[in-house]
Amino acid sequence: MTKTTLTATALSFGVLALGTVAQPAFAQVLTAGFASEPSSVDPLYHNLGPNNATRKHMFEALVGEDASLAIVPKLAESWETSDDGLTWTFNLREGVKFHDGGDFTARDFLYTACRIPNVPNSPSSMSGFIKSAETITAPDDMTIEVTTAVPYPLLLTDFASFGVVSASANGHNGPVEYSKDGCPGIDSYLDSNAYNDGTATIGTGPYKFVSFTPGESVVVARNDDYWGDAPYWEQITIRPITNAGARVAALLAGDVDVIEKPPVQDLERLRNDPKVNVVQGPSSRVIYLHFDHVGEPSPGIEGADGKNPMKDLRVRKAISLAINRPLIVDRIMGGLAVPARQLVPDFMRGTDPDIALEEPDLEEAKRLLADAGYPDGFKLVIGTPNDRYINDSKIAQAVAQMLTRAGIQTEVDAMTASVFFSRRNNYEFSLYLAGWGASGAGMASPLRALVASQDKDKGLGGTNRGRYSNPDLDAIIEEALSTVEPAKHDALLRQASRIVVDDVAILPLHFEVTPWALRAGLTMDPRADQHTVLTTVRPE
Amino acid sequence: MLAYLIRRLGQAFLVMAVMATIVFFGLFAVGNPIDLLINPEADLAEQEETIRRLGLDKPVHVQFGFFLAGLAQGDLGTSFVHNRPALELILSRLPATLELAFLGILIAVVLGIPLGMIAGLKPEAPYSKVIMAGSVVGFSTPNFWQGLMLIMLFAVFLGWLPAGGRGDTVDVLGIPVSFLTWDGLSHLILPALNVAIYKMSLVIRLTRAGTAEVALQDYVKYARARGLSPFRVVGVHVLKNILIPVVTVLGLETGNVIAFAVVTETVFSWPGIGKLLIDSIGLLDRPVVVAYLMLTVFLFVMINLVVDIGYSLLDPRVRVKGGRS
Repeated sequence: MTKTTLTATALSFGVLALGTVAQPAFAQVLTAGFASEPSSVDPLYHNLGPNNATRKHMFEALVGEDASLAIVPKLAESWETSDDGLTWTFNLREGVKFHDGGDFTARDFLYTACRIPNVPNSPSSMSGFIKSAETITAPDDMTIEVTTAVPYPLLLTDFASFGVVSASANGHNGPVEYSKDGCPGIDSYLDSNAYNDGTATIGTGPYKFVSFTPGESVVVARNDDYWGDAPYWEQITIRPITNAGARVAALLAGDVDVIEKPPVQDLERLRNDPKVNVVQGPSSRVIYLHFDHVGEPSPGIEGADGKNPMKDLRVRKAISLAINRPLIVDRIMGGLAVPARQLVPDFMRGTDPDIALEEPDLEEAKRLLADAGYPDGFKLVIGTPNDRYINDSKIAQAVAQMLTRAGIQTEVDAMTASVFFSRRNNYEFSLYLAGWGASGAGMASPLRALVASQDKDKGLGGTNRGRYSNPDLDAIIEEALSTVEPAKHDALLRQASRIVVDDVAILPLHFEVTPWALRAGLTMDPRADQHTVLTTVRPE
Repeated sequence: MLAYLIRRLGQAFLVMAVMATIVFFGLFAVGNPIDLLINPEADLAEQEETIRRLGLDKPVHVQFGFFLAGLAQGDLGTSFVHNRPALELILSRLPATLELAFLGILIAVVLGIPLGMIAGLKPEAPYSKVIMAGSVVGFSTPNFWQGLMLIMLFAVFLGWLPAGGRGDTVDVLGIPVSFLTWDGLSHLILPALNVAIYKMSLVIRLTRAGTAEVALQDYVKYARARGLSPFRVVGVHVLKNILIPVVTVLGLETGNVIAFAVVTETVFSWPGIGKLLIDSIGLLDRPVVVAYLMLTVFLFVMINLVVDIGYSLLDPRVRVKGGRS
């Protein structure tokens, strides 16, 4: 045996040995490690991050959101609104086929709208996305007409948020008529288990469902009849690897090609590793502090004579001035954040470019506190989750130290997310740290949820657990939410944003920057909504 | 014997009932699952609607009443997150954990007992000292650290084995198992080793102590004097007499591995019930946690029962009777 053949033999053994562990590269198989698992592959069952990210591989919405959350055509090719802003007409894309070969028509969208409020046992329904629609009709197979009771500018964002399912695959043949109070002729709807086993998991997306094994994997395969650009990977496997260290190890070992949420403390090492490529992009998620605007005395405050200092604008301003945001971004976040003053980053709708970042000013903070009648400060407890946002409890600790330097003796009460959110929703904190990932609606998304007065009937203030209430602001938000014309809508949002900043209604700290780590040679488009959508993963 | 079994089962159900009650009220006190399940974009009306639909708006004693009513019909409740009956969900994950636990215990026994006996028969030999030192490291380093080290060594540096996940499975009687395919087995080895190391250290130490004691007993000396082969002396006369503590501990440890392989399953992303439990606790998925812990209690009582019966087979002096347990 010559030396060459020996080497060749050794090589082929090596290849064989590798082949048993790692997938051969030529098969174009991509394996991804997700930090959390979808609770179902039913696109309408659970409105939650991992579910929505997984959904985007198989099911498409009427309109899409690109990587920076701007609206783009998807199943609807174009749309227009009537002059009164009450009627929206969508022209559907021709030649779109479901994975089972059936044609996509208006009927499927109507069926989807019918199923949304009726998904059995849904832990978080999508019904908020269609509740503004008074009627949804199909003048013909390729047109959808939606009317709303009042002009509603966020209809496109809402319709971008849920995937369209196939009526036939759900066992419904024949026409569909949508009605807000239940669709006539449809008595029952499939539950999520019919999707988890693949029976009804028929979408129009670039990938077809192959299998879902809870705790183990979601497998999808390329849809060769996809109407858009041909997807790159033949097969994609999504594996839940909840432990961050294990996720990095799986990437380094070559088990997976891409992971989401690599731990911040490992990023420097990963960046220097020639086998790894780190990709990052700005997100729409703001990390903020919310004040208790109502409690008197407020639960976490001592030494203020039973008063609630948070109700005093001077105190809120002092807190804002005492916090050195660039320092937090630099030292705690390792650069993986952008300092914030408004509630959404400047690439999104409704931000006011004239509002500058604030310079930290400790002396001014102390002066304002003295002005407000607290020359010796007071005692304060910050509530924070410790496993929900990037470095959440560390940020709270940094904030506590900065406030203590300004004279407010601050302690941190950090806890696991399940406990934190329950306590927060019971108004047990005078100051709490949380995050908000804005939808494509931009400024309107945090405005209506975080700072609009709580109002069940109007659907406002759903996460306003600081109970901030400002009638002037409410009026502007409500006007913005019923102004369809984009320029006017955005102008109102800017006006509202200015009020929020001037009144320090809430205290934005920074916007998260989202990292992903990939095998060297691969890259992807980071999405502002932090969803890991693997269709954009490709060789560099 | 029958009376004994019935009484033990009765005890099991009593403990299960107490456990279910404590866990039910405990989780209620921790928080409201809806705060985690629901999308923050949902407005107040939608939040209330979902709370109502899942029955979480009722006072806790009413919810507990529903739970008991379901229990009477053999229904442990439906997972808030997965929309599947809790028991079915747990049972679907059980095979993965059983496979992991049994392979881990097997490794611990097959390697641990011989090593422990060697160390016990020749306590002064250098190799015995090495074995004992290794066992100290084995049970004194944290489980998750061992797991990460195994991954770093065998998956990252050497690249021999995958870093986690379950790999290919084959259905045997409708139950997916890993150990019948090379891919499945390669995924199973590291987590099983991770489970095995601690148990093996324990077995080594128990076996060594037992062996050192038994080897000096008269009947062993007599067996030697009778001219029995050393293999028979050690393999039968010594081994049989040191197994009681080993069997006790292994029984309890088997229960521990099955019920609480949480660390190993998390580090290796092994889709077993331990991982299901920790995920369910994180999401306050009460039906799953309650059902899980009830099942665990049942399991432990059963294992103890098997261990007690095992004693009587190993040691004729121990008799399982109504009066003794």
